[in-house]
Order: sequence, then C-alpha cells, then structure tokens
Amino acid sequence: MLKINQEKLTEQIKKDLISLCPFGAFVEGKDGLEISAACKMCKMCVRRGPEGVVEFIEEKRETVDKSQWKGLTVYVDHIEGKIHPVTLELIGKAKELAKVTGHPVQALFIGSGVSLQAEELLYYGVDEVFVYDYKELEHFVIEPYTNVFEDYINKVKPSAILVGATNVGRSLAPRTAARFRTGLTADCTVLEMRENTDLVQIRPAFGGNIMAQIVTTNHRPQFCTVRYKIFSAPEKAREAQGKITRMEINFDKLASKIKVLDITKKKLEADISEADVIIAAGRGVKTEKDMEMIYELADLLGARTACTRPLIEAGWFDPRLQIGLSGRTVKPKLIITVGISGSVQFAAGMQNADMIIAINSDPNAAIFNIAHYGLVGDLYEIVPALIEKIKTVQIQGQAV
Amino acid sequence: MDIVVCVKQVPGTTSVEVDPITGVLKREGIESKMNPYDLFALETALQIKEQKGGSVTSITMGPPQAGEVIHETFYMGADNGYVLTDRKFAGADVVATSYTLSQGIEKIANYDLIICGKQTTDGDTAQVGPEVAEYLGIPHVANVGKILEIEDDEITVQMNMEETLEIQKVKLPCLITVEKDIFTPRLPSYRRKIESKDKKPNFLSLSDFADKNEKNYGLNGSPTKVERIFPPDTGKEKIMFEGTGDELADKIFSLIKDKKFI
Repeated sequence: MLKINQEKLTEQIKKDLISLCPFGAFVEGKDGLEISAACKMCKMCVRRGPEGVVEFIEEKRETVDKSQWKGLTVYVDHIEGKIHPVTLELIGKAKELAKVTGHPVQALFIGSGVSLQAEELLYYGVDEVFVYDYKELEHFVIEPYTNVFEDYINKVKPSAILVGATNVGRSLAPRTAARFRTGLTADCTVLEMRENTDLVQIRPAFGGNIMAQIVTTNHRPQFCTVRYKIFSAPEKAREAQGKITRMEINFDKLASKIKVLDITKKKLEADISEADVIIAAGRGVKTEKDMEMIYELADLLGARTACTRPLIEAGWFDPRLQIGLSGRTVKPKLIITVGISGSVQFAAGMQNADMIIAINSDPNAAIFNIAHYGLVGDLYEIVPALIEKIKTVQIQGQAV
Repeated sequence: MDIVVCVKQVPGTTSVEVDPITGVLKREGIESKMNPYDLFALETALQIKEQKGGSVTSITMGPPQAGEVIHETFYMGADNGYVLTDRKFAGADVVATSYTLSQGIEKIANYDLIICGKQTTDGDTAQVGPEVAEYLGIPHVANVGKILEIEDDEITVQMNMEETLEIQKVKLPCLITVEKDIFTPRLPSYRRKIESKDKKPNFLSLSDFADKNEKNYGLNGSPTKVERIFPPDTGKEKIMFEGTGDELADKIFSLIKDKKFI
C-alpha cells in the first residue's frame, strides 16, 4: 500500500502531488493529505513525487508453488465443432512461449461429437488435446462449460491458459478465472514468457494511448484472452503428432439453470475481419454524403469499407464495421486509412495489417506512427484523384 | 422484479498519454461521466420495471465522487443507489473489483436480476459482469441483444454471438450483460432531477461487508500486477510523403499497383 509521510509535507509539495496524480486521488482530509479510492496504484507519486514523501510498502503475499503448474493450454473456440481460427493462432503463440519453459502445449476441447475435429489440432503442433465430449455440452452454456474448465484445471494444472477473445471466450474466461481467483488479462496484443513461467501480458490500457505490461506473479493458472488476427497461425504439418486424451466429468456438473431454446444463423455480410483489402474512414470525412467517394474507391479495389468509433456513433455505419478494441480486429493485406487520427483503440484493431497506407492532413497524427506509408494531405483532393487514376487504367485494361 | 444495475464513472475523454521521456501519465482534464454502455443497462432495467413493477437500484465502486454517476441514475429513474468506497479498494483489478461489487450487492438487497453494460470505455475488458455472477453463484448471459420474455422466475433473452443469435431461457436470479442499442437510453429528466434533489446515494465501505478480510480487496486482492506503463511502440519503419493532392494520389497508386492490388 501507499504511505504518506505527513511530516514531510509542505503546502507546495501537497500541491505538486495533487497535480501529479493522473487520477486525482489525493484529497485534503482531516488528518492531512489522504489517498482516496480513485487511486489506481500507478505509483507515479512514489516515482515522480519528491523523494520519501509517498512510499510504497509491499505487503507479504503467500506465494504459489509454480513448479506444480505445467503447460500452456489453449481453449479450443468452436461453433458446433467448427474450430475458430483464433485457436490455431493461439496454438502458434503457445508453441513459441513454450520454448522458453519447455512446457507442453495443450488444447482443451469442450463440446459434443468433437473427437474428429480434435484430431485436426494434432497437425498444428499440440502435444496433447484434452477432450470433454458430452451431449450436454453441445451448446455453449456458461455453468457446465465453467464446471468442465474447472475440472480440467484441477486435473491438469496448466501454468497459463490462452483463450480467444470471442463472445464465448469473453464470457467463459472471466467466469473460470474468477472461480480460481486468478488473474485474467483481456485483449493482449503481446505475450512473452519468462523462465520462471510468468506470462508477460501487454495490452492497451486506461482507454488511451498507453500500453500496460501485466503479470500474474502469485497465482496459477494465468489467464489471458487474445483477439482474432493478433497472432499468426502455424502452417499445417504433413503428419499429426501428439495425443488425444478423453476426459470424464460427473454428470451433475453438466446441469444448468439455462436452457437453449433456439439458435439461428445471423444474416451477415462478409465479415470485415476476413477482408484482404480495407478502406477505413474516420472523422476526417466530414459528411455522410462524402462517404460516397470512399465507397467508390472501395468498389474499384474490391475492398471492404470500415470505420472508427465516432462514425458508428454518428450512425453512418453498421457497428459491425468498426475497427478497434471495441469493434473488430482486422489483419488485411492492405488497409488505407482515410482521415483517421489513429487512437490506440483503433490501432489495436488493425496494426497487424501487412501494409498500412494512411491519409491525414495533420502531420502529427498518431496514425503515422503505425503506418508504413504516410501521406500528409487533404483527403478531399487525394481520394478523387486516386479514383480517377484507377478508373483510367481499368478502362485502358479493358481496351487492351 | 428487483433489479440491480452496475455502473462506472469513466474519464470523459480518452486523451490519456504517457510522456515518452519522463514516463509520466498525462490526463487532460479529469472530467468524468457515466460509462456510455451502462446507459443501455440502466435503460433495460427501467423498461423491465415499467412492465413488471419492482425497483431499480444502481451500484458503483469508486472514490466518493463516483456518487455523481449514482445521481445521474436517479435523474433517469433509478429508485436507490449505492457507492462502494474505501481506501482499501484502491488498485483493484478485475477480480478484486468484481468481488467488491458482489459483496456490495449481497449486502444491499434481494435482487432478481443484475444488469451490466457490455464493457467500459476505460478498461474495455468486458470481464466484470461474468466475474460478479461467479462470486454471487448465479448464472449469467453475456451479449444480450434483446429481452424476449420476463416471467416470475425466468427470463428469456436473445444472445448476440458472432455468427448466430441464440435464445436462452435463464432461471432467476441471474446476471445479464447487454449490448449497446438493446434500447435507446432516455435522457435525464428535469422533473426527476428536481424530484430527486434530496435523494442521496448510500455509501458502503469494507466494514459494511460480510467478508471484511482486507486481503480480498484492492491491490491486495488483485492477482494481476501492472509492472509498467509505456507509450505504444512506434518503432515501425515508415515512409512519409507530402505534396499536392495529385502527387499524393500518384504515390498511393504506384504503391498499390506494385503490390498488385490493381
């Protein structure tokens, strides 16, 4: 906890501390300066404040025996047996991380009639696939799935668990992590492994242009979720390796207070997270009518259009077309951003694109920090000129 | 039907930056507002109450100033509101926050239904709802896009998944997290503002909870530890172009032609 050495305070130091705290957590109370519940323990006051005034006192915690927890487990995300590709990406990452500790890579497959699909995972370098195959697990329902996850963790004791940040993952991972009172870091964009098996998790934080490096040092297992298209899937091997282990669980663990009444397929326009080429528009586009040139450019390039959060809020776009932490993550071969300033929220959803071309009139826009090619100029001049050029070659192409 | 709605006060802007040289967090103007996703949760609760009667109680964890968001819920129509505040809650991660909320909810009332927004705009984790449900030992359904039917002991909801819509019938009490646009949130009413001007949020601290063990709250109760914060990596090689609109269009054209996108 933080301790304020009141005797070292002067009026000036008080003022300095109050303005230093990014969360406004210092308040003047009856016993002098106090720290309110707004404190996020960023320790800025310890590191940047006048020396010795605010101290951090580390409290002793019980430590977990890390040697008892072995393995990197990937939760197999699937819909009725069809494996979501984020699963393979996580297996690829888990294999990389496992090199540091020499731990096995495991997959946890929960479902009904999924044994055949489990075989498929053996082509991607998993050492062992644990399968819970029960009729009751046909649909994702939170209580039995959490019970199965709990059963698996108690029996196998994996050190770290990687879950895809799909709707299922974002519901199941926190519920299971809470049951073990262990840490879960959502939407990680970078993962690294330490020799002591601590998983270093990096994610955008505080809703702003900040990255946070997070570790779970005293609890096992360590949970994290990762969005689709953040990491790369490994190549499929010619031959399967590793083994499949069937797991059993008491039937009473499969009971639920939830009944699935109906499942219908959504009518979806092709998902932007699958698109190869994307034209993304931001607040630099002034009116909804101006979007027409964006659509025209997209048509000419066979691209999908997408946008930033403000345009969703303006109602110009279907929310499914939003790129960013609160929208979709995309990894196209080419993305052209038009009039987008490039918040970390947005960047987190697209910075793994193979080629990023950014158009913005502000040379200091953050988007230029992640773009491969930055064009400082007026989109209202550039986009129409580009459309003309593409049209010209396409007409010539047809003539030839 | 007695409903509890979890709300959070979040920074009014997202213009938070780290000074790359000093590593100091810069937060321009610490104005704050209610997490926009919570408005949908509150509206859902109010709609259900209008249909079925009962009460709507809002709850938040934060510094005493977080009482402001509880007042906002009064202006929209919440009957009661609670702020869970204690220095010992400081530095809480998702686990500690969820546990604190669950302790607060157990303390305040009988509830049939708990509603949370889909996520917050400052944390963006979408984890607190499911974890609160776990600590209360009740089922939860996330990503609820529609309320289809409300009975005395069951609720039927439509869950919005990536590729499917799923209809689930859940025994009460339960917790749901709702999608944005489930209902259009009402505006705070001037009349209710006047009517509720004497209404005060209730403040609860650790000493009010059933579990008073400090180790379960705040930094002590948080398994995750933020080791460092830093500005995003901007080390990528980049090539910048300036010029007239036409010249720049030429640049893009040759770039995408080289890579065979045309």
